[in-house]
Amino acid sequence: MNVLLIVKIAKALLLARWKQTLVAAVGVTFSITMFITLLSFMTGLNDLLDGLILNRTAHVRLYNDIKPSLHQPIDISTEFKQSHNFIRSIKSGSSRQEIYNSGAIIQALKKDSRVTGIAPKITAQVFFNDGSIDITGVINGIDAQAESNLFHFTDYVVEGNPLDLKNVSNSIILGKGLAAKLLVEIGDVVQVTTAKQQQFSLKVVGFFQSGLAELDKVQSYASIATTQKILGKPNDYITDIQLKVVDMLQAPAIGKEFAQLFQTDAEDIQTANSQFETGSFVRSLISYAVGVTLLVVAGFGIYNILNMMIYEKMDSIAILKATGFSGVDVNRIFLVIALSIGFFGGFVGLGFGFLLSFAIDQIPFNTASLPTVKTYPINYNPIFYVIGSTFSLITTYLAGWAPSRKASKIDPVIIIRGK
Amino acid sequence: MDEIVLQANHISKSFHDPVTVPVLKDVNLAITKGEFVAITGKSGCGKSTLLYILSTMDTDYEGELMIGGEVMRGKSEKQLARVRNEKIGFVFQFHYLLNEFTVVENVMLPGLKLTAHTESEVKVHAMDRLKTLGIESLADKKANQLSGGEKQRVAIARALINNPSVILCDEPTGNLDKKNSLIVFDIFKKLAEENKQALLIVTHDQEFANNTHRIIEMEDGKIIKQ
Ligand SMILES: Nc1ncnc2c1ncn2[C@@H]1O[C@H](COP(=O)(O)OP(=O)(O)OP(=O)(O)O)[C@@H](O)[C@H]1O
Ligand SMILES: [Mg+2]
Repeated sequence: MNVLLIVKIAKALLLARWKQTLVAAVGVTFSITMFITLLSFMTGLNDLLDGLILNRTAHVRLYNDIKPSLHQPIDISTEFKQSHNFIRSIKSGSSRQEIYNSGAIIQALKKDSRVTGIAPKITAQVFFNDGSIDITGVINGIDAQAESNLFHFTDYVVEGNPLDLKNVSNSIILGKGLAAKLLVEIGDVVQVTTAKQQQFSLKVVGFFQSGLAELDKVQSYASIATTQKILGKPNDYITDIQLKVVDMLQAPAIGKEFAQLFQTDAEDIQTANSQFETGSFVRSLISYAVGVTLLVVAGFGIYNILNMMIYEKMDSIAILKATGFSGVDVNRIFLVIALSIGFFGGFVGLGFGFLLSFAIDQIPFNTASLPTVKTYPINYNPIFYVIGSTFSLITTYLAGWAPSRKASKIDPVIIIRGK
Repeated sequence: MDEIVLQANHISKSFHDPVTVPVLKDVNLAITKGEFVAITGKSGCGKSTLLYILSTMDTDYEGELMIGGEVMRGKSEKQLARVRNEKIGFVFQFHYLLNEFTVVENVMLPGLKLTAHTESEVKVHAMDRLKTLGIESLADKKANQLSGGEKQRVAIARALINNPSVILCDEPTGNLDKKNSLIVFDIFKKLAEENKQALLIVTHDQEFANNTHRIIEMEDGKIIKQ
């Protein structure tokens, strides 16, 4: 009952000065609009850039590094157990890149509930022969289906069908840059030479574009079987096992565990791409800083209008107090005014923010390096709207706090005597 | 003996701005139910100051103030607001209406604050008061569209809305012409005699004062004649 009365009085005071109120509310609307738009757009961009790397990076990669053995023969000798050994010019042993017993490892991984996807891979260094010129390149032997499921391979194949890698024997998908260098079309045949001077003819079935032009100049994809043939290896030869896990944050721990278990090396996504987190964080921080700055400016607008209102309404405040309204009631009346400016201004701001980000979402954004992106990226995360409305209420509350307090402290005797 | 609704014992007040000036010196008075009392005295003798203390708005005084048998000292600001709302009606020389509201809404505000009745009941009461004062036809006008005399009568209606036991007026007819003053006087007299409400009215109008039950004469912060 009393609440209704307070709201009623607040509304009357607010409407009596609706022009100034509107200006103050427009300030809030503007800042919330910018806040929502900025955050949606920045986060959209963050997602895009992160996706560029994260989508195509395994959470955990198992492989065998070529490096000298950690345990040299001298360590085993009992005679020198107590001594310090210095060994110079250690060479990497004949350790193979191959993952031993890859079939069994994959079977074991398939049973692990933390692993959501497995894609085996072979990398082969080759030369692409173009007349008298040899171009260095890499052939990635992949399982096209698994690679698509885990790393959106299909999205980046801009021409041709990725499944042709499996269906057409001795086929290859070339990076766009590489294809341009080799001057080949789909259906043409390219010659490759392996490091062991083996020559092969491969049929081009497609082109891919990864978004990183440097990568597209050297990379190409073939099926695992084709790559094994090129390298002259048996059909259980695998150099990498790429994994996606349920919880990306667990990747380092899981990587360590598997490295131990399967006697391989393991690389996790956090270690490989730690700097990306920092970039995203800074961009978000800037968006929040700009949004909050705008809100603070809007807050001063509200502060001004309330002060003016209180100055003009001294008489009304005095009579309210004389007829039985307490300081707390008067305080609440002005807080309600401030909060309703924040509430309505903020609410409209959320709407405009959505519309503006939606408009940005329609602007064409075509770039050669991002084949899947057609318009500017926008992230419509509802949390931005929650944060935006919370911020607008908090700022208006703070802006209204001091004037409301001042109003509640007005001494009616001084005002009434003044007439 | 009628019950005492307002009692002031040894009330004194000084202003300290910048030198200490005593404005009220040991004021004692008691008003009983249904009494119609006038306060007269020269300008600057402390009538308004006394009235602000009696209305509980001014708490900076020495002495004891009792309203309806309750001691006012030691009550919180909120409790005093409640006392004003419930037991005291105040009419000033200036009307102090809220221009954002209509006449009837202005009258209703203290009634709604009391929360003893529903909004529709309060409205009925408000219309009742307006009728008593002969201005019910103005009920839906905005407060700033009224003449001075009409505004003053609305302010009186507002003071009456919660049936206060004490009505305090500071020169209520100061801004009114002879005819309107007489109307207001008749209303006050009826309130005291029919509703048994106590009225304490500061006035410079000797004729007005002579028609009340009792005249309190002040001089230099003291009551010289009751
Ligand atoms: N805030 C103040 N500071 C200092 N002195 C004050 C203050 N307010 C009032 N006074 C003084 O107190 C005295 C009493 O003032 P008050 O308003 O009570 O007089 P009054 O009897 O109502 O006069 P009037 O009939 O002209 O309205 C005056 O001399 C006035 O100058
Ligand atoms: Mg006076």
